[in-house]
Amino acid sequence: MAPSELLINYLPILVFLVIAGGMSIAMIAGSLLAGIRKPDSEKLSAYECGFDAFSNARSKFDVRYYLVTLLFIIFDLEIAFLFPWAVTLGKIGMFGFWSMMGFLGILTVGFIYEWKKGGLDWE
Amino acid sequence: MMEFVLWIWGFWIARTVVFTLLVTVGLLLAVAYLTYAERKVMGAMQRRQGPMTVGPFGLLQPIADGIKLFSKETIIPEQAHRVVFLMAPMILFALSLIAWVVIPFDKDWVLANINVGILYLFAISSMGVYGVVMAGWASNSRYAFLGALRSASQMVSYEVSMGLIIVCVLLVAGSLNLQEIVLAPRPFWTQVLLFPMFIVFTISILAETNRAPFDLPEGESEITGGFMVEYSAMTFALFFLGEYANMILMSAIAVTLFLGGWLPPFGLAFLSFVPGIIWFALKVAFMLFVFIWARATLPRFRYDQLMRLGWKVFLPLTLVWVVMTAGLLMTFNALPGQNDGAYAYESTANIPANIKAEQ
Amino acid sequence: MVVQALAFYLFAVVLVLSALMVITARNPVHSVLFLILAFFNAAGLFVLLGAEFIGMILVIVYVGAVAVLFLFVVMMLDINFSDLRKGAMQFVPIGLLIGGILLFELGTLYATWQFAPAVQEKLAAAASVAIEADNTKALGEILYTKYFLPFQMAGMILFVAMIGAIVLTLRHRPGVRRQKVSLQHARRAEDVLEIQKVPSGTGV
Repeated sequence: MAPSELLINYLPILVFLVIAGGMSIAMIAGSLLAGIRKPDSEKLSAYECGFDAFSNARSKFDVRYYLVTLLFIIFDLEIAFLFPWAVTLGKIGMFGFWSMMGFLGILTVGFIYEWKKGGLDWE
Repeated sequence: MMEFVLWIWGFWIARTVVFTLLVTVGLLLAVAYLTYAERKVMGAMQRRQGPMTVGPFGLLQPIADGIKLFSKETIIPEQAHRVVFLMAPMILFALSLIAWVVIPFDKDWVLANINVGILYLFAISSMGVYGVVMAGWASNSRYAFLGALRSASQMVSYEVSMGLIIVCVLLVAGSLNLQEIVLAPRPFWTQVLLFPMFIVFTISILAETNRAPFDLPEGESEITGGFMVEYSAMTFALFFLGEYANMILMSAIAVTLFLGGWLPPFGLAFLSFVPGIIWFALKVAFMLFVFIWARATLPRFRYDQLMRLGWKVFLPLTLVWVVMTAGLLMTFNALPGQNDGAYAYESTANIPANIKAEQ
Repeated sequence: MVVQALAFYLFAVVLVLSALMVITARNPVHSVLFLILAFFNAAGLFVLLGAEFIGMILVIVYVGAVAVLFLFVVMMLDINFSDLRKGAMQFVPIGLLIGGILLFELGTLYATWQFAPAVQEKLAAAASVAIEADNTKALGEILYTKYFLPFQMAGMILFVAMIGAIVLTLRHRPGVRRQKVSLQHARRAEDVLEIQKVPSGTGV
């Protein structure tokens, strides 16, 4: 496939991006103009159950949320490696298959480790 | 000559814009009537009637809702970060639209027939987290903050198993192009092999779109609407539209990967007189019915159960399934391209010239 | 071709500008958001080069995963930014020193850089192959077999990262009650329930 032919296929994405972006901006702007706006301090304060917010909402939270994201990055990379493997497995044959099994094996050891350590438990 | 080229370009751009608008308008209508269908179906399941006042059978209800949301007051909290606060719903909505550019509605009915279509979809769906996290942060409210945190972790957790399931399908189809995935020959036993993955995929997309029984991010009994708590009027409507458009999108992905896209069901050739797009729409509608059915039937998960299901059940299961699918296909010589001759690393024929020179 | 050039300049300019904003923005959240914009434009540049797979993986891994972590860290921390900036000036000399060394090294590298004689042909060959075949497949055909060792090393690095993440972040809170699904399933009605017939009028 010639490069320009390949890129032609991507151009609709750019067009769609512009249209989708324009539409969402237009919808919000239109509503901002069309709707009646009568702000007062009660309306504009952060929602709490019937009282004023005591403090800023940004606070420390459980480190587990970070751990989940970290593990996600690692597995995401693993999947990124799996994509080209999956579409070419017929061509790369047994060696390619066992090469990936080695890779997955290493990561499975890591997975078992985090499971046993309780890294996947939610408290 | 120059003028001619410009004409061609102008024509091409106009055509793309028209098709884009068609897809967008069709999608928005589909979203509007999905909300109607949800209320009607849930109504039927709970032995009530659902909306029926506005228009015949309440058919104009979604339009009335839309107009109401449009004319309401947009509230931007004092403590909020204004720009990010307004950007978050826009991002969510725009993402749920632009993914449609690669979905094949029928043979060659696709706006952008790119080689890596499924990767594009995976990329778009992995960005859905941003709308949520930005909304939670910009609102500067505790409920929004907690909802965003939960939602982000949940979406991220189920994306891993979704990725692995996609790899299973790729092993059978041997291409990243969505049309080729649909058209790839699938012997009956590979269908059987993929069927459990279809079930897991369906459950994962429920979690990915924050739908019941995984709707913890907006569980009204604990965090009063989660990351959307501060949003009103059109900003809320965009979240709502984005969420439902995402449901339809995920259903379309499931249909494309597992249910044969626009092809007639079960490979029944005598049904092919019906246009492909109708089959596609029917299959998507079936998936959406499953979404609604699940919401009407299942109680909400607890957060630790949700994480356990994602990381301790789905992840190992799909990983094993990838290995098993690959091994079985390999053993039975059923991998795409497997019988094309010598393996790439054995013969030098398939190795690019520059690498051959090094050897 | 004109469109291609226009797209290139659009992506390149936005990339450079957003990269600049990453380091100059006052609010770290803005920095991360601009970083995401920069990733996007880099992905666009990759696609323009015909490297579709790399472009998409860049979005999936960097935008979809890495930047989410950054955003988590930055957004949810309650940092007082004015306090942070007060102390920043004392690090300027050491920052300048490190920057200077890096610049010097880059300069020496650039000055002494030599291309291998046949590099032009090879570059041309590589590009044509990548575009002719679906480049995901072109990548797959060599990554797992010809580049077996680097591939396994990548696996080891991910493994180390996984262990590191656990060691650094895992803290057990004492006294937390967890759901034990196997125990729940193993529990039988006979073990815990006793059904007694109570004749009416007598009480238990």
